[in-house]
This record gives sequence, structure tokens and C-alpha cells, in this order.
Amino acid sequence: MTRETPAPSPPPRGPAGARPALHADVTVTRGAHRVEAAFDALPGHPLAVVGPNGAGKSTLLAAIAGLVPVDAGRVRIGDRDVDRLPPERRRVGVLFQDYVLFPHLTVRDNVAFAARMRGSRHDARAAAEPWLARYGLTTLADRLPGELSGGQAQRVALARALAAEPEVLLLDEPMSALDVELRHDMRAELAQHVREFGGATVVVTHSRADAATLADHVLVLEDGRVTQRGTLEELAAAPATPYVRRMLATSEG
Amino acid sequence: MTAPQTTPRAPTRRRPPRAHGGLAWPVAVLAGVGLAVLVLPLVALVARAPWGELGELLARESVLEALVLSLGTATAATGVCLMLGVPLAVLLARAAAWPTPARRLLRAAVTVPLVLPPVVGGIALLLLLGRRGLIGSALDDLFGITVPFTTGAVVLAQVFVALPFLVFAVEGALRSTDRRTELAAATLGASRWQVFRHVTLPLVAPGVAAGAVLCFTRALGEFGATITFAGSLPGVTRTLPIASYLAMQTDPDEAIALALLLLAVSVGVLLLLRDRWLPGVRG
Repeated sequence: MTRETPAPSPPPRGPAGARPALHADVTVTRGAHRVEAAFDALPGHPLAVVGPNGAGKSTLLAAIAGLVPVDAGRVRIGDRDVDRLPPERRRVGVLFQDYVLFPHLTVRDNVAFAARMRGSRHDARAAAEPWLARYGLTTLADRLPGELSGGQAQRVALARALAAEPEVLLLDEPMSALDVELRHDMRAELAQHVREFGGATVVVTHSRADAATLADHVLVLEDGRVTQRGTLEELAAAPATPYVRRMLATSEG
Repeated sequence: MTAPQTTPRAPTRRRPPRAHGGLAWPVAVLAGVGLAVLVLPLVALVARAPWGELGELLARESVLEALVLSLGTATAATGVCLMLGVPLAVLLARAAAWPTPARRLLRAAVTVPLVLPPVVGGIALLLLLGRRGLIGSALDDLFGITVPFTTGAVVLAQVFVALPFLVFAVEGALRSTDRRTELAAATLGASRWQVFRHVTLPLVAPGVAAGAVLCFTRALGEFGATITFAGSLPGVTRTLPIASYLAMQTDPDEAIALALLLLAVSVGVLLLLRDRWLPGVRG
């Protein structure tokens, strides 16, 4: 981080409309599985991608982030074509399923990581402070990830991803690594953070509760194909497949 | 024996129940012999050492010369091994995705020097870099550079035998790290080099340190490849092991003193680096 752009206090975001939309229309092959999906995620309107295990949800996210190659199609963020860009140039933040914090770095240095890639350690740490404060991590700043609870680790992972100031945020099964008792509260907290982020957001989940709390549109992916899309209410009114019916019937995932 | 009640019973005095994990006696005996094979020679070395004259023996110029040369070359070889071996280990770890024949070939190339008698390595180096060697003749003709029988040749011989130790130590560490940390780093804007420098390398640091220790001690003890490829010129290529071997023919006391010195340096390095580097990831 250069001198003239030190540590912006976690940005009060501009109007949601000013942030770019994500448009994806991709075919991805992973081993024997093939995923084909097309969707838009508009800023301020998080999209949930739901589907049974092995449907290709995480593969789809990885393709958008640039972590697996796309066979065909395109990924656009605003007016940028990013499908040929390496992950580090896409400005796509990822909250990984079990967070994948850097085990050798303190909470502070985890959150400072993106800034550290662009500047000195000193500047990066300074830039991390407001993010630590915003996510209630100041008192944990000197701990290593191994010393954190699941909920704390999730906060660190989210702060780390958002401190990179991504244009798009991807959440991969954000609640699955948490104890069931914690999920309700953490889900509400996460929803709050996603709203504050305000950019295009995609959350992969197999839980109706996640979809209801974190997103306002749902895309159902089954066996690599989109089988239904709409709001949860629309899905409930006319579930297109047995999976959708079952998913809507479960109270907690 | 027709009826159970007439069956002779085992003596009533019971042995105490055997502790879980106790050893069968053949295992215990052989393990003891194995330990003796490892320890007794060192006991003999320490017992037969001319302790009284040790100071005088170690102060001899030939001894100091060999010590300085050994420490210098082994350090240089370890440095070269770190520089070349860590990238090679990364290549080896990433080669998991390669076609099988290429992957096996690569692994064999790193493994062969590990199992090869060092003398063979020395001969091979001579055939590559000797005056009439594959590359050596060109080096000699074009640049007037002669590699064999120089201090550089000592370092090369040590690198040849020690490099696989470092490569495998680091590769093992790489395999046990979570590759997704590297992907996470990339999504945070880290280039490939930055991922390597800020994530991969710190995560395998304990493996690198362990590999470096192995590498250094192996280089320090190198004899066969060195004497074949670099000879035994006092102060230039006569390292501690070679000096010790040669002294055994003429002055056994000096040989023992040199051997003790090697033992002390090896054990010292092991202890120092173990306490310093090997216990934890935190740095």
C-alpha cells in the first residue's frame, strides 16, 4: 500500500448501484463432473447457489475466483472480462469453507495479507487496524489461527477477504465449519457484513437457512445443471425438483 | 485327557500382566545388539582418545586447516543445496499432476545420488567436469577453467551427495501443507512468487531447517566423492574426514583427534539446530 492510500477506514461504501455486477456463463470440468451455469449477481442482491453435495457448487465458485480453469464461457465483473485473468488480478474475494487462514501468521497479519502484497509490512499492518476493529478482532490480533474458535476464525477470514477490497465476494458453505449452536447468531452477523460489503455476492450452501438469511435470490444446481432459479418464495410456490422440495422442508442445515 | 477336571493346570503362580507394548525377547535382544553396534564404536573412540595431548593435536596447523576447510565447504554446500534444493522440492511436489513416466524419472533422478556409493558420484563428476570430461573439456578449452582438485570441486562433490537429503525433507513438508492456503493467498492478490515467498516457504520452514541440518552433516562427512573428484591437497581439498583417514596411517593419535573433532562438530550442529529450529513452526 502506497503512502497516499494508507489505511482507509473500512470504506463506507458508495451506493450499491456504483459497484459492479457479476455475470457468469461458464462450463467447467472437474474430473468426471461437468458444471454448466449462467447467472448474474447484482450488487446488494446476494445470490445463493444451493444444491446437493457433489452438484458442482464449489467448483462453480472456484471457476469464478480463477482457481480452476473454465472450459468455455465467460466471467465478467462490471465491464471487465476476468475469465482469462489469474486469481490475483480478478478482485474476487473468497470466504473458504473452513476459512483456510494462514496458520503461520497472526490474526493481524492474516487481515493485513492483501495490503502486504502491495506494500511494506508496516503499512499493511496499519491498514489492517480498522478492519480488525470493525470485526471485533483487535484483542485477538496477536493470536495465531490455531488459537481461535470457529466463529472467531470466520470473522478473521471475512475481514481478510474484505480488506483486499474485492469487487465480488464468494462464500463457500460459510456455516458448515461452525458448531450448530453458533450458526444462528453467526449467520445473522455474516448477513450484516455481506450487506455492508454491498458488492455482488454469491453464497454456496445446501442450507435453506443460509439462503434465506444471506441471499435474496436462489439458484439451484443439481448434477452440474441449473434446475431452478428465483426467490425462496418462488421456489416454494413451485418446486421444480424433488431436491428443491426436500431442501425447502428442512428447518436447519 | 478325557475330562476337563483332569487337565493339568498351569502353575498357579501368575506372572504380573505384561505391560502393553512390552517387547518379545528376540526383539529386545536384537534391539540391544543394534544399539551396541551404534554406540560401542563411539565409546571406543572416546575411550582411546589421547585426552592429554588433545590440545596440542588440535592446535596443529594441518588439523586447523582441515577444520576450516571442512566447515567452509560444508557451509557453502548447504547454501547451494538450499538455493537449488528448495525449488527442486517444489517441482517434485507439484509433479504429482504430471504423467507417470515423467514423474518417476524426476523422482529417480533425485533418488539415485542418495543410494549411489559416493565414490561413483566422484567418478561421474570427474567424467563430467574433468579436463577431458563432457563439459570440463569445453570449460578448459574456452575459459581455461579446471574444476577438479579445487575447493570448488569439494563443494560440488558435497552438493551432489547432500542435495537429495534436503530435497526430500522439504518435499515431505510441502506434501503435508494445505495447498488451499496458496489458493487463498492468490485470491488476496498474491502473485505466484509472493505466494511462494509469503505462504509456501514459511509453512515448510521446519522442513527446510531439518533438511539443511541433514545436508550440512552429510556434506561435513563426505569422503568418497570428494577424494575421487577433488583429491587430497592440504588446505585446498583435504577435509576433516580425508585428513583423519590419511593420519590413521602415520599418526593414529592425530587421526583420533580429528575423528573426535568431526564427532563434536556433528553432534554440536545437531543439538544447536534442533533446539533452535526444529521444534515449532513459529518464527
